[in-house]
Amino acid sequence: MNILVCVKQVPGTSQVEVDPVTGVLKRDGQNNKLNPYDLFALETALRIREEQGGEIKTVSMGPPQATSSLLETVYMGADAAYLISDRLFAGADVHATSYAIASGIRRTGAFDLILCGKQTTDGDTAQVGPELAEMLGIEHAANVLSIDAIDDKSVTVTMNLDNLIQTQTMLLPCLLTIEKDACTPRLPSFKRKLETASDVVTVLTAADLTGLDPARCGLKGSPTQVERIFPPEVNKNKEQFAGTGEQLSDTLFDLLQQKKFV
Amino acid sequence: MGLVIHSEKINEESARALTELCPFNAISYDGALHISAACKMCKMCVRKGPAGAITFEEEAAPVCDKSAWRGVAVFAEQHGGRVHPVSLELLGKARELAAKTNHPVLALLIGFETDGAAQELLRYGADEVYVYDSPALKEFVISPYANAFTDFIEKIKPSSILVGATSLGRSLAPKVAARVHAGLTADCTMLEMKDNTDLVQIRPAFGGNIMAQIVTPNTRPQFCTVRYKIFSAPAPDQPHGTVTSMPVDEDMLAGRTTVIKTVKKPDEIDISDAEVIVAVGRGLHAREDIALAQRLADRLGAQLACTRPLVEAGWFDAKKQIGLSGRTVKPKLIVAIGISGAVQFAAGMRSSDMIVAINQDKHAPIFDIAHYGFVGDLYDIIPRLIQKMEEKAHV
Repeated sequence: MNILVCVKQVPGTSQVEVDPVTGVLKRDGQNNKLNPYDLFALETALRIREEQGGEIKTVSMGPPQATSSLLETVYMGADAAYLISDRLFAGADVHATSYAIASGIRRTGAFDLILCGKQTTDGDTAQVGPELAEMLGIEHAANVLSIDAIDDKSVTVTMNLDNLIQTQTMLLPCLLTIEKDACTPRLPSFKRKLETASDVVTVLTAADLTGLDPARCGLKGSPTQVERIFPPEVNKNKEQFAGTGEQLSDTLFDLLQQKKFV
Repeated sequence: MGLVIHSEKINEESARALTELCPFNAISYDGALHISAACKMCKMCVRKGPAGAITFEEEAAPVCDKSAWRGVAVFAEQHGGRVHPVSLELLGKARELAAKTNHPVLALLIGFETDGAAQELLRYGADEVYVYDSPALKEFVISPYANAFTDFIEKIKPSSILVGATSLGRSLAPKVAARVHAGLTADCTMLEMKDNTDLVQIRPAFGGNIMAQIVTPNTRPQFCTVRYKIFSAPAPDQPHGTVTSMPVDEDMLAGRTTVIKTVKKPDEIDISDAEVIVAVGRGLHAREDIALAQRLADRLGAQLACTRPLVEAGWFDAKKQIGLSGRTVKPKLIVAIGISGAVQFAAGMRSSDMIVAINQDKHAPIFDIAHYGFVGDLYDIIPRLIQKMEEKAHV
């Protein structure tokens, strides 16, 4: 079974803010990490490989520094890793991002199953997985809670539909986005880290992707455009209290009483 | 179309200014200036950098004939013939948006035995309800649903499409958007309509404390998803609209997925429906201290909820998470304890009737949205507050 796992490098914290006076975007440290939701997708892939055999490739789109996150996937157990990276992809929205990743996946070889995290912690859209599946011409299931059975023809999954839980069998190839807590991800292996050659990550630029249409890439290929960015609205009707813990708890108690919550 | 570096304007000084200005570390300098794939096209370097050093060159993009696309459509999600309340909320917003351009409000209904649901959509203000009804559409199956949705778009040509950001909506909308090459904006917290029918979509962005205003200027349809409880449902009224039954054929129902069973989850109180909420964040020092917050919640008859880091730390189930990646809540009172108030969290609770925040850092963004802010240590405030409440209860 050949499994692809899509991952993304995300900021370590929500550190980007906009200065309300100058309008400049401010950054505060740049501790990047692997999107935590992707760990569940990778762990799921590793368990399928233990049972079925085969190969796991991880794929990411991002700047050169995203290589470190892809290396982490190799230390966890992925066999190969690919970074799709080119300035041509800068400013891509969901549509253009999915297009670029789909183009990259056509280069990385045949697959039976694609696994994604349920969303990223920076974009938070949960849209790239399903759009990617459509662009590759395969079906998908989102928010998968468990893989109940899998063989070389099909996979049976249970997925979360808010108030409902649905179990369904899907013919391969298909794409699944894996719910958090579907499993407990393993830690990267130090032994694998020592064994891994530093060039294990293959970088794919736009020039490596045959048939790529530059008009569908990056900002140009994005149907949605960011018109402006601004700081969130500040509530002007507000009261702020300072003082000792005693004073504050008394004030809060009085307030809750006055508003009839106590 | 893109950023152009004007090397004649680049020297050590301007290069340093640009490198520091870029919030995404995408600019580097080694004698020549480089922009890497980390660029998010925020254009901060163009607007705030040394004049003329980096410019943005626009290419006139082909624009579709927007007048061929009419109507603000709502995908009406239903289970067992019952319309999801988020779809009714979206009908109310669709009415406001459609009024701006004098467009009709459309509803798309996919399912089985949908007559009652169609009537409900009419009562909530739909001008035209388009129904794809078949036993094969009883459960959510991705390809048939996407095929019916695409058929609706191709035949009716709606200008805007609003989809509830439920698990189903967040799975179906991107598949359809990718198929029809449409722009799709997830989890919008505000929507407006321009005179030229461009839908203005506002949502938190870049994973930071920033709002982005997003438009789809050149293509139709324009797609967005909106969380449950962001907007308010209109009052039901006398129906005035029409219901159109759309043909469903074998090709539309073809797919590679077979549903085995669909089970209703056991009923549990969802924080989305809570009237009072006590929410905790990273200000909580230890997992054991959840008990303190729980005692306060019990006293207030409140549901306990949390921020994302506490879910990631394994302290809480994901169902208790408020925010863009969790639940949206709109209680009468929310007490936010030890929560900094990142925009991701705020997006999930800012429309609450009364927001009380307790935080040690007086600059924490939570105080920007709180109606009542208490700058202090939660460990000094909460135990005494609980004590006072208990004393009062025993009087």
